[in-house]
Amino acid sequence: MTFLKNIIGLIFRGLGLALKYIFLTISSPVWLPFWLIAYLVEHIAFVRNALIATDLYLPFKNMERTPLRFALTVFAIFIAFLIYGALTAFDNAMNAGVDLAADDRLVTVNKINFTQTLPIAYAQKVTAIEGVDSLVHMNWFGGYYKDPREQVITFAVDQTKLLEVYGDDMLLDETHHKNWLRNQQGLLVGELVAKKYGWKVGDRIPLNSNIFSKMDGASVWDFVIEGVYSGKFKQADTNGVYFHYKYFNEALAFGSNQIGWLGIKTTDPSINEKVIKAIDDMFVNSPFETETVPEKAFNKSFIARMGDIGLIVTSSVSAAFFIILVIVGFSMALAIRERTNEIGVMKTLGFTSRRIFKMVLMESMMLACLGGTVGLAASSFVIKQVTSSPQFPLAGLMLNGEIIMQAIILMVFLGLITGIVPAINALRLNIITALSRR
Amino acid sequence: MSGKLLYDLKSVSKTFVKGKEKITIFDKLDMSIAEGDFLAIMGPSGSGKTTLLNMLGGVDQPTGGEVFFNNSRVDTLSEGQLARWRANNIGFIFQFYNLMPMLNAARNVELPLLLTKLSSSQRKKSVETALKLVGLSDRATHMTSEMSGGQQQRVAIARAIVSDPKLLLCDEPTGDLDRKTADEILSMLQLLNRKFGKTIVMVTHDAAAAAYAKRTLHLDKGVFVEKDLAA
Repeated sequence: MTFLKNIIGLIFRGLGLALKYIFLTISSPVWLPFWLIAYLVEHIAFVRNALIATDLYLPFKNMERTPLRFALTVFAIFIAFLIYGALTAFDNAMNAGVDLAADDRLVTVNKINFTQTLPIAYAQKVTAIEGVDSLVHMNWFGGYYKDPREQVITFAVDQTKLLEVYGDDMLLDETHHKNWLRNQQGLLVGELVAKKYGWKVGDRIPLNSNIFSKMDGASVWDFVIEGVYSGKFKQADTNGVYFHYKYFNEALAFGSNQIGWLGIKTTDPSINEKVIKAIDDMFVNSPFETETVPEKAFNKSFIARMGDIGLIVTSSVSAAFFIILVIVGFSMALAIRERTNEIGVMKTLGFTSRRIFKMVLMESMMLACLGGTVGLAASSFVIKQVTSSPQFPLAGLMLNGEIIMQAIILMVFLGLITGIVPAINALRLNIITALSRR
Repeated sequence: MSGKLLYDLKSVSKTFVKGKEKITIFDKLDMSIAEGDFLAIMGPSGSGKTTLLNMLGGVDQPTGGEVFFNNSRVDTLSEGQLARWRANNIGFIFQFYNLMPMLNAARNVELPLLLTKLSSSQRKKSVETALKLVGLSDRATHMTSEMSGGQQQRVAIARAIVSDPKLLLCDEPTGDLDRKTADEILSMLQLLNRKFGKTIVMVTHDAAAAAYAKRTLHLDKGVFVEKDLAA
């Protein structure tokens, strides 16, 4: 019986050890840099002196004492910041269209909803309104390349006006622009799309439409790529493909002389409200009433139709942080409780309570900053890997300065909130009580 | 008792309130310690030895009376002032060594020096001297968990003397050691007293340990019952 107990005990101990070392191996990217720093601290005098001078040396050494707990805690923080970095970057990229929308641009759609069309004559009428600098009419083509699942964001546009309205966002070679204007079957392709399908200028591309067919019944539309545009700034969307409205309109089997919406550039953002009123008033009580909104508002409502990304991100990040808060807080409280006697000894040797308070807080801050920094670096790496794939369609997915700044604030907050209670306990700890605990 | 007065306790009282009960540890206790003294305090459990030692070390405050150290009153100092005073004047040696497990021997010894403005090289020199004095120069980089009880207590002694304090307070310093090791530690304390002039106050249950001291005071129920002035 005893023999059997010993065997079972040995098996469990072995399993425990195996799990421990498996976890330590998996989490090595998190704690390995720390151990390297720890080695350097002990062997490079000026680093150690700097830590001593800032009261960081002892908190730093304390983090080394229970490797498994340290690795688990830092790993938990690492995961939280990995999620934070990736999700916040995704949310930012989704909202980039809203943030980057120009203040002087408006969108006019059918008042019923934006899938309903407007007569092409509206373009001419709106151009005449005071305050309208330029406008371009656009139609959603519903394009795809070979497979209906390979959707291509394609628009039939007034090719002569596209750059007048959106030229501030798009970077296009002058010759390519001229060639595109000249060729009715010319296609202007965004950099991301070209990269995704390996398209280049001169390629003949067949695009299908899941909405429109030609008069001969065919749904395949033939194009020649005449230009590839890029964004004038990093987060600009280069997922779109543009072709001549004339080619579209003349070949259509149904619904000709209709446009999807108007992209309008005003002479000054301050007169937007006036222009909006003038446009919508012009078509009031007509069979095609309009609704004109600033581009920012239009993009925002468009994203909102796909779901509240912000809410999903906030909920996920909050849940992750709450769990991490509990884990790290508990871990810190446990660590300080275990060190009660040592804190008593330090106070006896002459370390003031305030200094010990600071050290405990520094320790939780260092944990949060270490896990957070590695987590953020990992999310940056993941984002870089994802966006480097030509199949990835989301422009502007990146960790920008704002996200990094917010993450640093979160690290400090996490460190403070998880360290404050143990630090106060250490501050209040009576030396005699502390020394009596072993 | 001869020599310059280092410590002077005048009519010191210490009472605790436990529930509705008031417990008196000392009532108007007088005590003087001269510089260079090696004093052993003995007495049964609960006699107030450790409380007295804590008071001498400034980790506990009297509820009445006056405490003078080097002619300066210390019982009126704030917590922060007391911490600085302890760092400058007192070295502590505990029964269970109380070393920091995450630091090696040299780093443990260096700990009190982190409270000073000494440079890195000055700290290193002081640590080397202290470790040499306790015979542990060759174990400086060893973790204390790899050391025997006697070696750990020697590290603790090195930590206590590294900042060159006037007074060493030892709470049962040999209570966790075998006789042979205890004798080594006590001889070391005696050497520190005789050769380096350190004033030592040692609380002990062990008469053999007390024999190393210059004089022994017996405490019972907060009162000194007998004084042995034998040098």
